[in-house]
Amino acid sequence: MLHTVNKSPFSHSGLETCLRFAGEGDVILLLEDGVLAAVSDTSRSALIEEALKTIPVYAIDADVQARGLEKLIDGVKLASYADFVALLEGHVSQAWL
Amino acid sequence: MKLTVLLLEGPYNHEASDSAWNLIQAAREAGHEIRGVFLYHDGVYNVNAKIDPPQDDRHIANRWSELGAQGVDVVVCIAAAKRRGMVDELLVPNTRISGLGQLAKMVIESDRLVVFGD
Amino acid sequence: MSDTKKVMITVRKAPHGAIYVHEAIEVMFIVASYGMDLSVVFIDDAVFALKGGQDTRALGIKGFMASIGALVDFEVEKVYVDRQSMQDRNLTEVDLVFIGEDEDTEEQVKPKVLDSEAIRALMLEQDSIISL
Repeated sequence: MLHTVNKSPFSHSGLETCLRFAGEGDVILLLEDGVLAAVSDTSRSALIEEALKTIPVYAIDADVQARGLEKLIDGVKLASYADFVALLEGHVSQAWL
Repeated sequence: MKLTVLLLEGPYNHEASDSAWNLIQAAREAGHEIRGVFLYHDGVYNVNAKIDPPQDDRHIANRWSELGAQGVDVVVCIAAAKRRGMVDELLVPNTRISGLGQLAKMVIESDRLVVFGD
Repeated sequence: MSDTKKVMITVRKAPHGAIYVHEAIEVMFIVASYGMDLSVVFIDDAVFALKGGQDTRALGIKGFMASIGALVDFEVEKVYVDRQSMQDRNLTEVDLVFIGEDEDTEEQVKPKVLDSEAIRALMLEQDSIISL
């Protein structure tokens, strides 16, 4: 499964809920405000740090760039929209809006 | 891959419309087919021909119209449209209003569905 | 038909504060009528949409409660609720409304409460997930 998360973990519970349903073999893609979850050393960093132990986590590069984010959690991979397309080819997607 | 895109939020107010657009561009560049774009909830506002953004910013309604002109089925849900006053006369060219059944058809006829919203 | 698509609709927003739940129910009815193998899962605040005693009249809003009571009658039979979401919100099975009548037993049925593992397993079986 491809889990897309588009809202900030500081204001929405979507990522937290997503992590209850995500498991091995899945992929998490952060986009829009969801990329804020990828910033390191925040009060919410633990969510993605924990997820990374079993699941690959991607963040849309254009969204990271738009927000001027530089300090990302180690292990989060930047993804282009082309990468997003490739992920969709391989997985059924669930959007955690 | 035959892809259906479901867009649930209106233009400019949420990034959903842009994310959907950017994903569709990438999918087409990679040679995939967009089976359809279905606009639901406030997503129906995306094809409002009265949209008039600043000249130097993207024109969201025109983008969807261009996509429609290239053969992609851009469909507005009639029930959601009626609630929000999006009538036929307000639609940009190459987009159409139809029932939720079109979403069901798109899902049946595609390999993947991706949803953009809030 | 071996080609019958398995489709899930997930509903996660609170009812009445936004139209998402109301319009999600309309999607459920249509998808069910197209012969797809439909499962519907209520997670997070959407669990309140299945709570008994909702009455929107004082708000002057029509609401969707009548539709919830007719889900099974309109072939939306696989209706599930996330247990954790209910517990977090102090809801129990007693609070849930009936969603229609079982065709065979003619008894009123409620949505089925599932753990996240069970819901995940169900998600992994789907061809598409309509996230509302």
